[in-house]
Amino acid sequence: MNIKKVVGTLVFLVVVLAVIPWAIAKSGRWDFYYTLTSVALLSIASAGVWLTFYIGRINIGQGAYALAGGYVAAILVTKVGINFWLTIPLAGLFCAGLSVLIGLPILRLRGVYFAMVTLVLTEVMRLATLALPITNGAKGITSIPLPQELSIFGLTLIPDFGTMANPKLAFYLTAVILMILCYFVLWRIVNSRLGHLCRSLQQNEELSASIGVNTAYLRVIAYSISSFFGGIAGAMFVAISQSIYPSSFQVTDSVNFMLNCFLGGLGYVFGPMLGTLVLYFGWDLLFTTGRYQLLIYSTLLILLILMLPNGILSLGIFNRKNPRS
Amino acid sequence: MNPILVVDGVTKKYGGLTAVNNISFDVTPGEILSVIGPNGAGKSTLFKLISSFVPTTSGQVLFKGERISNLTPHVVARKGVVRTFQETTIFRSMTVRENIVVSHHLRSKASLLGFFLGTSVAREDEKTFGQSADDIIEFLGLQSIGDELASNLPQGHLRALGMAIGLATNPAVLLLDEPFAGMNHDETMHMVTLVKRLRDERNVTVLLVEHDMPAVMKISDRIVVINFGEKIAEGAPAEIQSNEKVIEAYLGSEDDAIGL
Ligand SMILES: Nc1ncnc2c1ncn2[C@@H]1O[C@H](COP(=O)(O)OP(=O)(O)OP(=O)(O)O)[C@@H](O)[C@H]1O
Ligand SMILES: [Mg+2]
Repeated sequence: MNIKKVVGTLVFLVVVLAVIPWAIAKSGRWDFYYTLTSVALLSIASAGVWLTFYIGRINIGQGAYALAGGYVAAILVTKVGINFWLTIPLAGLFCAGLSVLIGLPILRLRGVYFAMVTLVLTEVMRLATLALPITNGAKGITSIPLPQELSIFGLTLIPDFGTMANPKLAFYLTAVILMILCYFVLWRIVNSRLGHLCRSLQQNEELSASIGVNTAYLRVIAYSISSFFGGIAGAMFVAISQSIYPSSFQVTDSVNFMLNCFLGGLGYVFGPMLGTLVLYFGWDLLFTTGRYQLLIYSTLLILLILMLPNGILSLGIFNRKNPRS
Repeated sequence: MNPILVVDGVTKKYGGLTAVNNISFDVTPGEILSVIGPNGAGKSTLFKLISSFVPTTSGQVLFKGERISNLTPHVVARKGVVRTFQETTIFRSMTVRENIVVSHHLRSKASLLGFFLGTSVAREDEKTFGQSADDIIEFLGLQSIGDELASNLPQGHLRALGMAIGLATNPAVLLLDEPFAGMNHDETMHMVTLVKRLRDERNVTVLLVEHDMPAVMKISDRIVVINFGEKIAEGAPAEIQSNEKVIEAYLGSEDDAIGL
């Protein structure tokens, strides 16, 4: 790590953890917390999709894991009575396990075939949550309590959100910290041998096998990490919205997760984060255009991807010589 | 000496087409053995069978007495039998050095989790891989292009990089599919010397498929000739050059004669 990166990281941390909360308090725009919290969580799910891109698979199924993760958290909190904070890793692990079962057969597919199957996966998950008794059908699971206190040996790690004066800020900080952790993990993966092997897989699966890489195993590992991210993002959403429905994550969300990666840049670890931010705000900004919103939005998106095929981070101002830094 | 590799009656059928038909031969440790034959004879298919890229229809391949056919490529590579490809295959968007470093995977002592956590074993591994990659780069004379993106390389260098990738896995047996294709005479002769040094200095047993007859004659200890999926001759270069069946096979094909 060079000085520039360290400084950049520090600036980023100060901005998201201190400057933004300060600016919101100053301006009184509390609604921004909800928006930014959403962006942080969506960018976690997008980070997962980015990792599947990294092994050379187009994943349009992240919505399925976000939905599954959300339901796991909701069910564990309401029906089993587990502390919400513990349901986050459990939701992640559930999705990782599920993705191993699903990934084993479908990860053999490449290109558009894999993409199509994952697209269907989102819809299958939605139908499953509609049909299964435990998910409560179309009515979903509502009135989920706010996260309780988390303490170890009497030491309070996270206070009870229900008694907080400002749970919005607390949610924002939790989401941002979770996002930072996830992107740190992603960055480590990409810069370790695991990431190098993923790249070898992306560029030439046959050669990768011939240098002794267990390609099937590696694909499943990457896909399950990806789905883990989807699951924890979904779980965290449940805590904020205090409800979950089969329609909470749909095909459009899956498509957006993928677009976030494209837009930010597939060659950059922080691409999906930036992509999520731009896409989310872009959509909101166009709200004023009323019924032309979707038309303008889609046109802009197509133009952007045509003009910047390697994503926003490939722009000169970011001045990165090494595409993986 | 016990053979290091035994090809024992292998056959490969694709539907009605028999690409490889009941071929048998032995490979002695430290030998350079060439497999030649006209286009479509089944040479690449034979290599794919040996490296378990495709399953055999019947017959088997033994490496040090152990069956390696009908497994998976990464398992066979782990045992020490590694192939390069006829179509130059490299990792396109990595530099030459990155290509070679990543191909050291089989030599890892650390687990993937260890690499993720950056344990001391993992850091040690990376250091060893880096040094070994530099050795290989020097061995093949690729110093000047170490930081070049692989997709920018000309044919000759691509072939050399393909070989470097194979070498990085530290193979006992290296299968080279047309390693001299696209090279001019000087480049080819240079590579011939390198392959021989590979055998002499690194103890690698080499099997190679090649159409460049002068190079084959110069490099091989022994030659196996196949035509229409069947072995038609086996022997030292001089014997092969004067073998009636071989001359006939080559004259009967579009390939211009055996270059005698
Ligand atoms: N996957 C496959 N499916 C069907 N037929 C195949 C397949 N692979 C190879 N063949 C056929 O098997 C025969 C042998 O092919 P192979 O590639 O082994 O020849 P080769 O000796 O390597 O030729 P060349 O010198 O042109 O590389 C050919 O007739 C080819 O068309
Ligand atoms: Mg061939």
